[in-house]
Amino acid sequence: MHPALQGLITIVIGVGGCVGYFYFSNFLLDRFLLPARAFTAAETAARRRLGLIFLFALPTLLILALYLSGTGLSGIASGWGLFWLLVVLALIFGLWRLTGFVFATGETTAGHNISHANMIRPWLFLLPAILALGLYLTYPVFETLRLSLIHRNGGVGIGNYTFMFGEQKFWEAMRNNMLWLVVVPAMSTAFGLIVAQLTDRLSWGNIAKMLVFMPMAISMVGASVIWKLVYESRPAEVEQIGVLNALWVGMGGEPQQWLTLPVWNNFFLMVVLIWIQTGFAMVILSAALRGIPEETVEAAIVDGAGPFQIFFKIKVPQIMSTIVVVWTTITLVVLKVFDIVFTMTNGQWGTQVLANYMYDKMFRANDWGTGSAAAMVIMLLVTPILVWNVRNARKEMR
Amino acid sequence: MAGLKLTSIDKSYGDVDVLKDINLDIEAGELIVFVGPSGCGKSTLLRMIAGLEKITGGTLEIDGLVVNDVPPAQRGIAMVFQSYALYPHMTVFDNMAFALKLAKLSKDEIDTAVRKAADILQLTPYLDRLPKALSGGQRQRVAIGRCIVRDPKVFLFDEPLSNLDAALRVATRLEIAQLKESMPDRTMIYVTHDQVEAMTLASRIVVLADKGISQVGTPLELYETPQNEFVAQFIGSPAMNLFAGEIVATGERTSIALEGGHGVVQSAYPSQEGDLGAKVNVGIRPEDLALTDDPENSYTATVDVQENLGEVTLLFFKPDSPGAEPVIAKLPGIHRGLKGETLNLSAAPEKVHVFRDGISLLYRGT
Repeated sequence: MHPALQGLITIVIGVGGCVGYFYFSNFLLDRFLLPARAFTAAETAARRRLGLIFLFALPTLLILALYLSGTGLSGIASGWGLFWLLVVLALIFGLWRLTGFVFATGETTAGHNISHANMIRPWLFLLPAILALGLYLTYPVFETLRLSLIHRNGGVGIGNYTFMFGEQKFWEAMRNNMLWLVVVPAMSTAFGLIVAQLTDRLSWGNIAKMLVFMPMAISMVGASVIWKLVYESRPAEVEQIGVLNALWVGMGGEPQQWLTLPVWNNFFLMVVLIWIQTGFAMVILSAALRGIPEETVEAAIVDGAGPFQIFFKIKVPQIMSTIVVVWTTITLVVLKVFDIVFTMTNGQWGTQVLANYMYDKMFRANDWGTGSAAAMVIMLLVTPILVWNVRNARKEMR
Repeated sequence: MAGLKLTSIDKSYGDVDVLKDINLDIEAGELIVFVGPSGCGKSTLLRMIAGLEKITGGTLEIDGLVVNDVPPAQRGIAMVFQSYALYPHMTVFDNMAFALKLAKLSKDEIDTAVRKAADILQLTPYLDRLPKALSGGQRQRVAIGRCIVRDPKVFLFDEPLSNLDAALRVATRLEIAQLKESMPDRTMIYVTHDQVEAMTLASRIVVLADKGISQVGTPLELYETPQNEFVAQFIGSPAMNLFAGEIVATGERTSIALEGGHGVVQSAYPSQEGDLGAKVNVGIRPEDLALTDDPENSYTATVDVQENLGEVTLLFFKPDSPGAEPVIAKLPGIHRGLKGETLNLSAAPEKVHVFRDGISLLYRGT
C-alpha cells in the first residue's frame, strides 16, 4: 500500500476513534446510565441489578483475568506480582465505589440524574488524556529513575551520577546550558517586546509580525540547516556562500569557521533559538500590550511622559506578569535544547548541552545508566521553573 | 487667569466630519459643561483641548497662546478620565506623584504636594494602596488628586461620574462643586451627558449637537429661553412637549391654533406680520401645563398612563394618532385616579415657546 494512503488511514482511524469515543461514551452515559428523566424505586432497583452485572462485574472479571494471565498463579508471590495485584484491587475497588454514585437507591428525579451525569462527564473527556499522559509521561519518569540507578556493570546505586559528575564534558554541558539559560530567554523576550511595541502602530506592522513569527513554524532541525548555511565557510580564494562570511570577507576579514570558534560558537547557536522564539514572545506580548487600557497611556501623556517613559514606566509594568510567563516558557524550551546543537555542532568545540550529552551517552555510548542520570538532572532543573510558570500563568488568567 | 478661546475649530477623521466651526470663548474661572447626545463630539472636543486629538482646523488658545501644536503636558491642563485611568501598578501616592516626578521636582516638594492633595480629598489613609484595593469613589478621588497636585490652569473632566452608582454620583458631584469653589480662579471644562450634572455644576452650558454648538448659556437661560427645538427638548426632564400649529394672530403676543382642533394658545413671544399663517411648533414644558376647567382654548385629551412619583404626578396623554409622541404633563403633588379621564390643559403665555423652522421666535435674526 502507498505510504500516503497508510497515513491517511491512520488519520481517519485516529480521528474517528477519538470522535467515536467521545460520542459513544456520552451516548452511553446519557441514554443508559443516567437518562434525563425520573425513575420510580422499582426501576432504580432493576437498573442497579443490571448495571452491577454489565458495567462492573464484567469489567472486574476482565481485569482479574488479565491479571492472572499476565502473572500466573505462581507469580503472585513475586514483587511485581504483588504490585500488580495491588493495582488490580485498586481498580476493582474504584469500580465498586462508582456503583453507589451512578445508581441511586429509591426514587430519583430527572434533575438528580442530569446533575450526576454532568459530574461524570468531565472524567469521560479527561480519561484518554490521563491514560496517555500516564503511559507516555509518568511511567517513563519512574523508569528513567530506575535506569539511572543501575550501572553498566550491573551494580545498583548512585554510581552513574558520581561518574557523570566526574566527567569534564558534563560540566561543560552544564555551563553551556546556564549560558543559554541567561542569554536566550532574555534576548527573545526583549526582542519580542520591542517588535510587539514597534509594529503596533505601523500600517505594515502585521506583515512584519508575520515575518518575525514565521520561524516558529520551522522545525528546529530546519532552522539549524538554514543557519548552518549562514555560518558556512569556504576557502579564502573561493566565493563565500555563507552570509556571515560573505559580510566578514567583504569587510576585509579572513573567512572563519564560525561554529568552531570556542565560546563564540555557543552564541552562534543561541542566535538560532532566539530567531525561533522571538516570534512566540512577540505574539503573546503584543496581545498583552493591546490589553493595556488606552486611557492609562493617555493619562501618562497628559502627565508629561515621553515615549520611553510611557513604555518603561506605564506599559511594561502593566504586562510584567505576561513577560514573566513568556520568559519562563522560553526558559523551559532552552533547558531542553537539543536539536540545534545536535544538528549544527553535535556538542563539539565546547558547545555541549545537557540534552545532547544525554543523547550521546544513551544512544551513542549505549550507556543507559548515565544517559538516564543526565535526563534526571534535566528534569530536576526544569521542574521548579515549570511549577513557577504554571503558577504565573494561572495568576494571569484570574 | 487662564481663559480659552476656540476659533472655528474643525475635526474630521478622514472624510467624516465630527465637529465643524466651533467658536467658543471660555473665561478664566468658569466651569463650562459640554452636554449633548452620544456621538455629538463633546468628548472629542475635550480631547482636542487636552491635546490627545489633533485639531484638524482652526485655532485653540489657552491664556492667549495658540496651543494647537503644544504637547498636552505643556498646555497647563490636567484631565480626569471616564475610567479614571489610574496606573494599576502604582500606589495611590505614586499615581499622584507621577507627573511631578516626570517634572523632576525634588522629593520633598513632591511629598508636600501629594500629601496636601490627599488631605483635601481625604485620601491620606490610602496612600500606600494600589488602585485595585480602592472603591469606585476613592479611585475617582485619586484621579482628581492626580490633577490637583499638578496645579493646572485648566481642569478637564471627561464624564467623571458615569462609572459611579447613583448615591455616590450625587456625593461626588457636590465634592466637585466644592472643589471648584475652593479654586475660583481655575477654569474647569466638564463633559457629561447627564443634564442634572450640567444644570447643577455649570456656570455656563455648551449644548453640542449635529457637529456644532447648538446654544451656549447659563443653565437657566437654556431652560427658560432655549434657542431651538433641540435644546428645548434636550434640557429638562421629561422633555418639552411640542405641538404643531399655525400662527393666527401676530404682534407683541402671538396666537397659535393647534393642529387637530386643540384650540388656540397664547404665547408671550412677539411675532411679525409675515408670520401670519406660518406653520410653527409650540413648545410647553410638562411642568408648565396645568389643569383647567375651561374647555375653551385648552388642550383636551385622555390620560393614557399615570405615573405617581410622590412629589409629582406624570400624566401621559393619548396622542391624536397612534405612535406619535404622547403629551406629558407634570402636576405637583399627588393626584389619584386620573387614568382614563379626559382633561383640559392650559399654560401661561410666558411659558409657551414658539419655534419656526426649529428656531425660537426670540432668537430670529441673531
